[in-house]
Amino acid sequence: MSNKNYTRREFIRNLSVTALAGLSLPLLSSCSREEAEDFLQKHFLEMTGEEKERVIAKLERRYLEQYGRKFQISTQEALPETLWGYGLELSRCVGCRRCVYACANENNTSRYARQLHWIRVLRLKRGNLINLEDSEHYYAPETVPEKGFIYLPVQCQQCQNPPCVKVCPIHATWQEPDGIVVVDYNWCIGCRYCIAACPYKGRVFNWAEPNLPKDEVNPNVHYLGNRPRMKCAVEKCTFCIQRVRQGRYPACVEACPTGSRKFGNLLDPKSEIRYIIERKRVFRLREELNTESRFYYFFES
Amino acid sequence: MTLKSLRMRTIIPALAIILLTISAFSSLAVGAGQEFPVPPPPFTEGIFPCSNCHASMEVNRKKRELKDEHTKIRMHHAETMRWCLDCHDAKNRDKLRLYNGELVSFTESHRLCGECHGNLYRDWRAGIHGKRTGYFMGTGKRTYLLCAHCHDPHEPKFKLIAPEPPPFRPTDKRNVK
Repeated sequence: MSNKNYTRREFIRNLSVTALAGLSLPLLSSCSREEAEDFLQKHFLEMTGEEKERVIAKLERRYLEQYGRKFQISTQEALPETLWGYGLELSRCVGCRRCVYACANENNTSRYARQLHWIRVLRLKRGNLINLEDSEHYYAPETVPEKGFIYLPVQCQQCQNPPCVKVCPIHATWQEPDGIVVVDYNWCIGCRYCIAACPYKGRVFNWAEPNLPKDEVNPNVHYLGNRPRMKCAVEKCTFCIQRVRQGRYPACVEACPTGSRKFGNLLDPKSEIRYIIERKRVFRLREELNTESRFYYFFES
Repeated sequence: MTLKSLRMRTIIPALAIILLTISAFSSLAVGAGQEFPVPPPPFTEGIFPCSNCHASMEVNRKKRELKDEHTKIRMHHAETMRWCLDCHDAKNRDKLRLYNGELVSFTESHRLCGECHGNLYRDWRAGIHGKRTGYFMGTGKRTYLLCAHCHDPHEPKFKLIAPEPPPFRPTDKRNVK
């Protein structure tokens, strides 16, 4: 090894060359302006109105490009004096899965590779309602209901004390004032802690870019609800946030052929859900976990 | 002059009383006969109004098998003790008939069903039994299905239906690229 001493001039020249190379790296990389903007997009709750508008315009442009449809992306806030609750009558559910597909159509979930559903209809042996582990959700008989079975549709239970929100390391999921637990799909990093934490299997993950045929797209969407998602985003039932905040029944309620599904405002004493809670035998799934879900299953009488 | 004013003095309170009673009765009527935005009843196509055929026919109250018309109707609704004219009015075929003889139109058939199925009717009026679609809040359009939209009144038991396909299993070909 030569025992060369660096002069001050050499030292400064080397330093400036290195700094220049380092600075030019992000400039030379393939990061477009829009991508940089996406990367720097704020959390939904921290965006100002103007920023929201800009993001909505950008998304609408992108969706138009991707799906060939003009999207209406709402950012409507929770209505005052509302707390949504859901009722499901187990003695009437026949397990026909109409709700599952109505939900998929309304909420723009991926149709194949992989198929994502927000509702899972469990089939249980009659008299075996407690053992959810023995349930089956791939049942495929010719006709339903089958003798000796009951059906228990499970979706996000919109807990008052949601474990999924508690575990999210970056606050990408939270509870809205009207009780709906929502996800900011852009903020989500896809760590899937929430999926592990949810005792109802209420959340699903986009392992790949979702496959949503152009002609099956629903263009009336909410930013925190059914807008088309992207790879690596976690998604879940939002009680059809885009509908219920306009006073409209969720898609699954409208699809149910037996009228087992009920929906309403828990703060309104005249609502359907209050009638159920006050007069029917209701229970909530896995009450012992203290999730305080807002999804009430009930039986006739 | 005095006579006229006297007459006015009696007419005005009388009018007021009449108006008050009318308004009281009408509000009562609204309270009893709650309004339900129901869609058109599920008639077989071309069958209504019934009077098109029945007006010129003689009423036959005898319980019998129908061989010429209405042959598709299967009566499985306490059939041993029931006959068409228990619910359909004999004289005005376009109406249904309650126990007390009141005639109701087919859009109000829930009142007839409710005469026997009282507890279900109570739940139906509250929106628990049965199905409602559209808007539950605000001024948007709402639709409350009638009993007959889901249950065939002549054969009310729910038929078995084919379920939608099960979700793809994780190993399903359609689930992997």
